[in-house]
Amino acid sequence: MNAVTASAHRPGGSPAVVERRRQHVLAALALPALALLAVLFAYPVLRLMALSVEGGTLAWYAKALGESLYLEVFWITLRIALIVTLTTLLLSYPVAYFLATTTRLGAALGFALVILPLWTSILVRTYAWMVLLGRNGIVNKSLIALGVVDEPLALLHNELGVIIGMVHVLMPYTVLPIYAGMRRVDPDLLQAAEGLGAGTFRIFRRVFLPLSAQGIYAGCILVFVLSVGFFITPALLGGGRVIMIAVLIEQQVRDVLNWSFASALATVLLVATIAIYGLAQRATRGHAGGAT
Amino acid sequence: MDSPAPITAEPAGAGLALRRIRKAFGPIVALDGIDLDVKSGEFLTILGPSGSGKTTLLKIVAGFELPEGGDVLLGGEDMTFTIPARRNVGMVFQNYALFPNMDVRGNIAFPLEVRRMPRAEIDGRVATALELVDLEGYERRFPRQLSGGQQQRVALARAIVFGPRLLLLDEPFGALDRKLREAMQLEVRRLQRRLGLTTVFITHDQEEALILSDRIAVMHRGRIEQVALPRELYERPANAFVADFVGESNLLFGRIAAMRDGRVEIAFENDLRLTARAEMPVGTRVGALIRPERLHLTGAGAQSANRLSGEVIETVYVGTSHKYRVRFRDGTEFLVRVRDTASQASVEIGASLSFDVAPEDVHVFRHDEAAA
Repeated sequence: MNAVTASAHRPGGSPAVVERRRQHVLAALALPALALLAVLFAYPVLRLMALSVEGGTLAWYAKALGESLYLEVFWITLRIALIVTLTTLLLSYPVAYFLATTTRLGAALGFALVILPLWTSILVRTYAWMVLLGRNGIVNKSLIALGVVDEPLALLHNELGVIIGMVHVLMPYTVLPIYAGMRRVDPDLLQAAEGLGAGTFRIFRRVFLPLSAQGIYAGCILVFVLSVGFFITPALLGGGRVIMIAVLIEQQVRDVLNWSFASALATVLLVATIAIYGLAQRATRGHAGGAT
Repeated sequence: MDSPAPITAEPAGAGLALRRIRKAFGPIVALDGIDLDVKSGEFLTILGPSGSGKTTLLKIVAGFELPEGGDVLLGGEDMTFTIPARRNVGMVFQNYALFPNMDVRGNIAFPLEVRRMPRAEIDGRVATALELVDLEGYERRFPRQLSGGQQQRVALARAIVFGPRLLLLDEPFGALDRKLREAMQLEVRRLQRRLGLTTVFITHDQEEALILSDRIAVMHRGRIEQVALPRELYERPANAFVADFVGESNLLFGRIAAMRDGRVEIAFENDLRLTARAEMPVGTRVGALIRPERLHLTGAGAQSANRLSGEVIETVYVGTSHKYRVRFRDGTEFLVRVRDTASQASVEIGASLSFDVAPEDVHVFRHDEAAA
C-alpha cells in the first residue's frame, strides 16, 4: 500500500496515469481525420437520412419495402451482387495464387496488370466494355466470324453485361486480399504437410485453403458490399433495363425529384449493407477460429 | 535393438546413406561432396555453424531440395529423387510447423489420415503418441493455446506417429529456455531409444550435440570435417576447426622436433616446447590442443615435462569451476579451468602462476597451413 502511495507522488505519476496520457496522445492523432469525416461524411449522410422521414412519416419506407416493384429491385441487386462476388472470387483466386507463388519478376508484372485498371477511371473502363460487348462489338464480330454464332449475342443492356463489367472492375479488390492471405501462409507448413505424406490436393484442401481463407472472406465481403451499391457500371452497361438499387436511387433524385423516397431507399440499402457485413464478420470469425 | 514399440509399423528405423552429395546455389557451393552413413537406430548429430550447409543437407534427406549430384539411400533404397510424401520420413521443424487450423489431435492424425488408415487405428495411434509425449488430454487444444515445449511435443508426436523410417530434427530446441531445453533433450533421446528410430539431428550447439548423440558429424563450409563419437570428437578432434568449434580449447601450432618411445616433442614459434603422446615424423607441421580443464596448477616441488607459466589477466567464477585467462611472456593467451574446491586459494588478477599438463592430455593433429 505504501509503495503505491509513494509512486503516485513521483513526478511522472502512477503507471495508470502514464498509460492514460499515452492513450490520449494517440487518440489525438486521429482527431483531424475524424473531424474531416464528421463534416464531409457523417453530417451529409445524417441530413440525407433525415429527408426520408420528413414530415414525420414512414410512408416512404412503407413504399420501398411494401411495393413489389421496389422489392424486385432489391432482389435483382442482391442476386447480381452475389453472382459478381462468386465469379470474382473464382477468377481472382488463381490469379492471387500465381502472384503469391511466382518469381519476383512474375509477381511484379502480374501486380502491374492487376493494379493498372484501378488507376484508370471506372467510366473509361465501362465505356470500353460497351464497345466490346455491343451488337457490332469486337466480341460479337469475332464470334460470328469464327462461326460460333449466327446472330449477335445480347451482351449489353442486360444482366450479363452488367455482371461482366462489374466483375472486371471489382477483381482487384479480391485479388489483393486473397494474395495477402496467401502470403501469410508459412511455407514450412506446406513442406511439413508434404513430408507427412500429403499429396498436392490434400495440402491445398487441408492446409493452404483454410489458412488463406481470411483473405477470401475479406475480398468477398469487400466486393459484395461494393456490388450492392454499384452505380456507374450497372447504369451504363444495363442501359436502363437492369435496375439495381443505386440506379433506382439516382432516377428518383434526377428524374422524379423525389428526394425523400431516394433517401428512404438509400437508408434501407445502408442498413442492409451494414447488416450483411456484420453477419459475414460473425460467420468468418467462427469459421477462421482455428487460424491465426 | 529395443523391443518394437506399438507405434512403429515397420521394425525400427532404416539406415541412411549419403553418397557424394553436391549442391550449389548459384556460385555458392553449399554441399561439397558429402558422404555419410547413419546406422539403423542410431542418433547422429550434424553439428556446424550457421552457413555450414547442414540445413541444406537435411532438406535433401527430407526431399525438399534436390542434390545436383550424389545419392540418398534409405534402407538401401535410392530416394534421391523420391518426392517427400513418399519417403516416410518424420521431421520436426525449427518452428515446429504445426497446422494452426487444426487442434492437437488433427495435427497428429494428419499423416495417418493421409495414409487412409481406418478411424479406429487412427484413434489408437494418436492416443499412443500423445501418451509417449506426455500430452494426454490435450487433443482439443489448438497450437496457439500451447506453450513452446508442448508445441514441440506435438510436433514430435506428429513426426513419429506414422512409424517413419527416419526422424529428422532441425534445431528443435533453439526456442526453448534452458531448463525446458534440457528436459526436452532427454525426452527426445529416451523416445528415440525406445522406438529404435534412426535419427538425424541438426544443431549448432556443440554441448547439445555432445549430450544427445551416438555419433557427431561436424560440418564446415559444405564439407564434413569429422564423424566421431562425442568423446572422441572432444578429446581427439581431427583438425583445428573441430578442436575450436567443439568445446573450449587452447590451440598452438608448431612442428614435431623429436620423436621417441611413442612420444613427440613439439616446438612452437614462441620457444615453447611440449611433449605429447603421439607418433609423427620429425618436421611434421602440427596443431596441439589442450583443453582448459586438463591444465593443473603446479604443485610444490612437482616435476613436469610440460610446464606453462604466465600472468593471470582475467578470472571468472562459473559455479563449479574457475576460469582463468593466462598470458605468457610472448603474449599468447591460455584458458585454464580449475575445479572449485573449498581449499582453493583465490587467484588474483596479475598473479604469476604455472600449470602442468600431462603428455597424454596434449592432443596432436596434422596441420597443413594451406588447408586451414
